[in-house]
Amino acid sequence: MAAGVAAWLPFARAAAIGWMPVANCPMPLAPTEKNKRQDELIILNVSGRRFQTWRTTLERYPDTLLGSTEKEFFFNEDTKEYFFDRDPEVFRCILNFYRTGKLHYPRYECISAYDEELAFYGILPEIIGDCCYEEYKDRKRENAERLMDDNDSENNQEGSMPSLSFRQTMWRAFENPHTSTLALVFYYVTGFFIAVSVITNVVETVPCGTVPGNKELPCGERYAVAFFCLDTACVMIFTVEYLLRLFAAPSRYRFIRSVMSIIDVVAIMPYYIGLVMTNNEDVSGAFVTLRVFRVFRIFKFSRHSQGLRILGYTLKSCASELGFLLFSLTMAIIIFATVMFYAEKGSSASKFTSIPASFWYTIVTMTTLGYGDMVPKTIAGKIFGSICSLSGVLVIALPVPVIVSNFSRIYHQNQRADKRRAQKKARLARIRVAKTGSSNAYLHSKRNGLLNEALELTGSTEDEQHTTKGTSLIESQHHHLLHCLEKTTNHEFIDEQLFEQNCMESSMQNYPSSRSPSLSSHHGLTTSCCSRRHKKTTHLPNSSVPATRLRSMQELSTIHIQCSEQPSLTTSRSSLNMKSDDGLRPNCKAAQITTAIISIPTPPALTPEGESRPPPSSPGHSTNISTTTTSNIVKVSAL
Amino acid sequence: MKLLPCSAAKTTSPVTQNTVEDEMEMATVRHRPEALELLEAQSKFTKKELQILYRGFKNECPSGVVNEETFKEIYSQFFPQGDSTTYAHFLFNAFDTDHNGSVSFEDFVMGLSILLRGTVQEKLNWAFNLYDINKDGYITKEEMLDIMKAIYDMMGKCTYPVLKEDTPRQHVETFFQKMDKNKDGVVTIDEFIESCQKDENIMRSMQLFENVI
Repeated sequence: MAAGVAAWLPFARAAAIGWMPVANCPMPLAPTEKNKRQDELIILNVSGRRFQTWRTTLERYPDTLLGSTEKEFFFNEDTKEYFFDRDPEVFRCILNFYRTGKLHYPRYECISAYDEELAFYGILPEIIGDCCYEEYKDRKRENAERLMDDNDSENNQEGSMPSLSFRQTMWRAFENPHTSTLALVFYYVTGFFIAVSVITNVVETVPCGTVPGNKELPCGERYAVAFFCLDTACVMIFTVEYLLRLFAAPSRYRFIRSVMSIIDVVAIMPYYIGLVMTNNEDVSGAFVTLRVFRVFRIFKFSRHSQGLRILGYTLKSCASELGFLLFSLTMAIIIFATVMFYAEKGSSASKFTSIPASFWYTIVTMTTLGYGDMVPKTIAGKIFGSICSLSGVLVIALPVPVIVSNFSRIYHQNQRADKRRAQKKARLARIRVAKTGSSNAYLHSKRNGLLNEALELTGSTEDEQHTTKGTSLIESQHHHLLHCLEKTTNHEFIDEQLFEQNCMESSMQNYPSSRSPSLSSHHGLTTSCCSRRHKKTTHLPNSSVPATRLRSMQELSTIHIQCSEQPSLTTSRSSLNMKSDDGLRPNCKAAQITTAIISIPTPPALTPEGESRPPPSSPGHSTNISTTTTSNIVKVSAL
Repeated sequence: MKLLPCSAAKTTSPVTQNTVEDEMEMATVRHRPEALELLEAQSKFTKKELQILYRGFKNECPSGVVNEETFKEIYSQFFPQGDSTTYAHFLFNAFDTDHNGSVSFEDFVMGLSILLRGTVQEKLNWAFNLYDINKDGYITKEEMLDIMKAIYDMMGKCTYPVLKEDTPRQHVETFFQKMDKNKDGVVTIDEFIESCQKDENIMRSMQLFENVI
């Protein structure tokens, strides 16, 4: 709970008076302030700069140096002030934390110096306020990276590496060639062979020299064997590389689906298909076209080039803009092709034989290529042709800068959005942790609370101080407030997993078993709304069906049925009706108490209703009474 | 009428007559409370107690007035498990005695003075005022149901026993049986005070928070 809000705790407690008339049970006792001191100013001398604050301000956070008795070690008797030989600049932030409840991180401060000061004063960095937390985290990460770099370079010089498995080392070597010399060698070798393969594909088709017979042959056919050997060598290297990557990949399935591996496969497939199909002459034409796919080997360079990868990524992220460009171009092409076709229909020997044939003209004109293989001859055709070329410039020139600027904008935006998303997740997690921390603190103290209350009543003060050492006064007051709310509503706070458990068990308990309502055989029966439920529950011997699905719930508006793992006490319909005939008189159970010694006296006008109820156990029982049963009757206090 | 911190005269009227049209104005609204002596005379707190109260108040609301949003926020920090906004809304209306949409330090002190230092009669009066949402002098079942639901909302979801849908309604029925003497479906202030005075538990718990400050 923030310190500033702690100052409002008296208000919240006073406002709890609003619950009192509504509650049906007495409230727990309020924690008392032992040795309440008058507030005094204390002087903190930090390297000569004097700060002054109230003592209670510092005591808001009792688990820090300044809030606990640890500061007494720094107390200077002569000057009656606390002297700290530390940086006064950072101390300013720390003292503001006590005052406002928010810890800020000044940007000019060095991160490691700040961390040291926080550690000295016993403050966890996690409570840095939202306004400064991201900055703090960023700086911390940078610092950590710097340290890691230093460590790495140190390690590299020594040559010692943490032991990874062979597979992991291989994967690391593949992904990051700078990790070891072997990886670097492999990187360059594969790069070389990619280049060789691509160049081979290109040179294969160059006509080199003539053979007798005045026929020009491409080199590929002239030196077929040589080229075949080269190709084989490259493909073998690529295959080996692919298999090695497949072996080393941490997630093989994901690796197979990745783009790079698809490119690899497509690059080497034609060779193998060619090997298989050389004997079949019919499909040799298809085989030739397959060789086209060998050019995909050039994409393997993208592993070697960061820039290519970024380009691919940005193209992917600008797909919609590109799509729009394509769409608008298509529209324009169709329009102009149609117009040109009908304009040129009249002229003889026109090349514009159909609209699709005019597409070619339109595209060539709009992109300002102008091959000249198709030209309009009619006047209308020429007019529309010029309009086409002018508009072509516009249609192409306009979206391109938009796309380019979109590239950079989207790229940066993505980066920033990802960053913000991660920060938001972290922030929400922190808020959630703080919330559960506060409620968990309450639940935790409740379990210890039994002991405390027992001790309080017996008046043993030393033990009391011993047990309440952990919780500050403010915390205990806050817990008292929550306890009052519990009493007002007759429900208790529990933590999430217990709640789930209860829900599951209640849904399993929907089968009514036939059991006679022998109420008297239930012992340990308590229906006091003030009973505290123990975690430990015992099974009552005569178990019965949960009365949760009583139809008579409406009549008995005072019957309160719990869903618990305990077998419930049930009564037959008749007996319940009988009870309801008595009017909804206070069916209060005598206050059977599970806690140690607190006895909640029942109002004298109340009589335990129902002779069938067993007498309540004596209040003097120890804390191990299991008390709750299911059919609670809410106490209506008699007036 | 906007009060700036540099204005010389201290004034008693709160500045929140300003409408919320101009957000900038609202942000710079300042309010100075009455003089310490005056407040000491009007409330039942000592000077020291008033000082402590004001320091806490001003810490959380530097502008000197609490609006409903801040109020809800502050109150919800005490009840992390449930949703306390509805109850905080009713509480805010109970503290904002002049219904101007904000709680100044005077309102705050007067309310606390009743709650912590008032007679039992005054406290019961205050509680009645809290429950009577439309301030017409009668608590109807609907009003009580709203209040009850708001209180149960503060418990949140993870409770033992599990909160049922009609638990608040049952609780309201219990309350009305106890309080509504002539069974006319509403509880008047006299019925309320009379019924509460007869209940020992309530009387005792009214004294519970005497030593809060």
